[in-house]
Amino acid sequence: MLEIKNLHVKLEEEDKAILKGVDLSIGAGEVHAIMGPNGSGKSTLSYVMSGRDGYEVTEGTATLEGADVLEMEPEERAAAGLFLAFQYPVEIPGVGNMTFLRTALNSQRKARGQEELSAGDFLKLIRAKAADLKIGADMLKRPVNVGFSGGEKKRNEILQMAVLEPKMCILDETDSGLDVDAMKLVSDGVNALRDAGRSFLVITHYQRLLNHIVPDVVHIMANGQIVKSGGKELALEVEENGYADILGDVPGEVV
Amino acid sequence: MALAQAKQDVTEARLAALSLPEGAGWIKAAREDALARLRAMGLPGRRDEYWKWTRPDALTAPDAAQAAVFEGDDTPVFGEIDRVRLVFVDGVFDAAQSDDPTLAGVEIERLEAAAQTDIHWLKELYGVLETRGQDPVHRPLAALNTAYATDGVVIRATGKAERPVSLIYLHESETSDATLHHVIKVEEGAELTVLENGPAAARLNMVMEVEVADNAAFHHVRAQGRDHERRAVTHLFARLGTESVFKSFTMTANGVLTRNESVIELTGDNATAHIAGACTGDGDFHHDDTVFITHDAAHCESRQVYKKVLRNGAAGVFQGKILVKPDAQKTDGYQISQALLLDGDSQFFAKPELEIYADDVQCSHGSTTGAIDETAIFYLRSRGVPEAEAQDLLTLAFLAEAIEEIEDETIAEDIRTRLEAWLARRRGG
Ligand SMILES: Nc1ncnc2c1ncn2[C@@H]1O[C@H](COP(=O)(O)OP(=O)(O)O)[C@@H](O)[C@H]1O
Ligand SMILES: [Mg+2]
Repeated sequence: MLEIKNLHVKLEEEDKAILKGVDLSIGAGEVHAIMGPNGSGKSTLSYVMSGRDGYEVTEGTATLEGADVLEMEPEERAAAGLFLAFQYPVEIPGVGNMTFLRTALNSQRKARGQEELSAGDFLKLIRAKAADLKIGADMLKRPVNVGFSGGEKKRNEILQMAVLEPKMCILDETDSGLDVDAMKLVSDGVNALRDAGRSFLVITHYQRLLNHIVPDVVHIMANGQIVKSGGKELALEVEENGYADILGDVPGEVV
Repeated sequence: MALAQAKQDVTEARLAALSLPEGAGWIKAAREDALARLRAMGLPGRRDEYWKWTRPDALTAPDAAQAAVFEGDDTPVFGEIDRVRLVFVDGVFDAAQSDDPTLAGVEIERLEAAAQTDIHWLKELYGVLETRGQDPVHRPLAALNTAYATDGVVIRATGKAERPVSLIYLHESETSDATLHHVIKVEEGAELTVLENGPAAARLNMVMEVEVADNAAFHHVRAQGRDHERRAVTHLFARLGTESVFKSFTMTANGVLTRNESVIELTGDNATAHIAGACTGDGDFHHDDTVFITHDAAHCESRQVYKKVLRNGAAGVFQGKILVKPDAQKTDGYQISQALLLDGDSQFFAKPELEIYADDVQCSHGSTTGAIDETAIFYLRSRGVPEAEAQDLLTLAFLAEAIEEIEDETIAEDIRTRLEAWLARRRGG
């Protein structure tokens, strides 16, 4: 599904290398997790995949189902099936959550040559998906993320994912700021979307989310590289011993 | 104080080819008074403080500059609204294109006809609210209008009008110079909505005097025409009685020069005045909203909401004042003026003012200038919304607070659709 090879990324504005040769291969239907200390480059990887300005790819490739992702505009990536659940969801005053969702869905459908959804059909769709995530009518009417609590913002990201039905979902620290109940709602939402044709890249700082969303592969990222990969046990190892211990095993890596 | 020679010259040059229209004694006197007022003030010049950011030259020149007529306006605004249509072509009433002006509870007359009538209620208002509005700031172009306007409508609402009165201003001649003067009286307990749309002329000088009596309500929604080269100066003078409601909204898209002055006096307790504007300017567009609200009664509420979207070197001006007189206790005054600059070439000038002489009031004002939120644009794009559409969505969101001031939801939706279409056209090229 998503193939990242030797990806090097620096900041556009200054000569600061952030990703220093990332390799990642996520097959269809797989769930991968990336863990790593703060500042290791996890969010940068997610932003570069979704096409945010401010970063420059100096080397390497990234393809989504064989298509060159790095060549596409952000909206083209979305229409191609890529989705990023933001670590910090953005507030958009004046734009209703429903309008936002409908515009997004219909833009993607249009880009894919599908017919746009009517207001009535959209309403049915959104009501069903929102109910699963315990998102009330009030949250749908309010402007996008404005005045939402941390947990509400994260649930809203998952709602967008459920409505847009992307193929490749990247979740950046979706667990941060969630209490136990919200964590369960969010992971149930994600698990409901797990499907042989849909892949996930779950970025998290802590292991606990991975108890709910059980990954096939766990990667540890440090200093702009993936330094270790393994099964779900690797996450438990991090939980028990912290990053220093694991990173200590990696030759030449200074933490 | 004697007028500076230059000012006098500009004024006399403008008046040279004009002559006061014929009419009954009372209106003749009103026009002569207006002319005397104008001569005493002189037409505005570039050095006048009140015209600091807007060059009045094109508005004071003897002749109107040429303005091309915009062709192919597909769906005119308010087209779907059931209304009494009164059509003016280049500032002249056109009965053939207008609806029969009969509306229950409302008397509609052409200014010209009323002006020939020896006894008319109009005497109590024509030029009267304009005169009141000359203090403490001069508005010479309004006096010019009172003196020389030959056309306009005179409306008296005695009940709740079941349909809006819609003034449609068509522009056909490239050099037309229109002077329109409307007077509206909403009697006690009556309700009236007036719509205005169209470019009107190459140059338009429009005055509307509105008296809203006790417990009456007046709603005004205006869509200023989009002919690119047109120029306009408008004055809206309103006087509000006890527990009356006045709401006015203006959308302006295009026009090289627009100056909209609104002068509102709250003279009865518990009156409400809301005035709002949304404008979108591109290129050599200059838009000026100048507002003066006087609170002269207790427990009144006033609200000014102005939003401007500017790009490609467009300029926006806002001069807004709230004056609270000593007896206007418990005044609730709010004023916001904001500009969204879509590029680095555009400019917004704002002068918000509060002058308060009562001690128990609540007044707030704010003015901001900002660029579009790039983070929000990226968020929308990451969800599949193309960049240009994302920009439009945020632009409409920015204008929303002003559009929300329109009471009637159908009319508000019509304005929204118009703005969307304008944005889409700009995107197309
Ligand atoms: N736009 C930016 N400007 C400056 N520094 C940045 C920017 N984006 C990322 N960085 C830096 O790159 C490194 C990686 O950041 P990030 O990808 O956010 O890490 P993580 O998500 O793993 O915590 C950090 O040192 C961070 O300060
Ligand atoms: Mg991060």
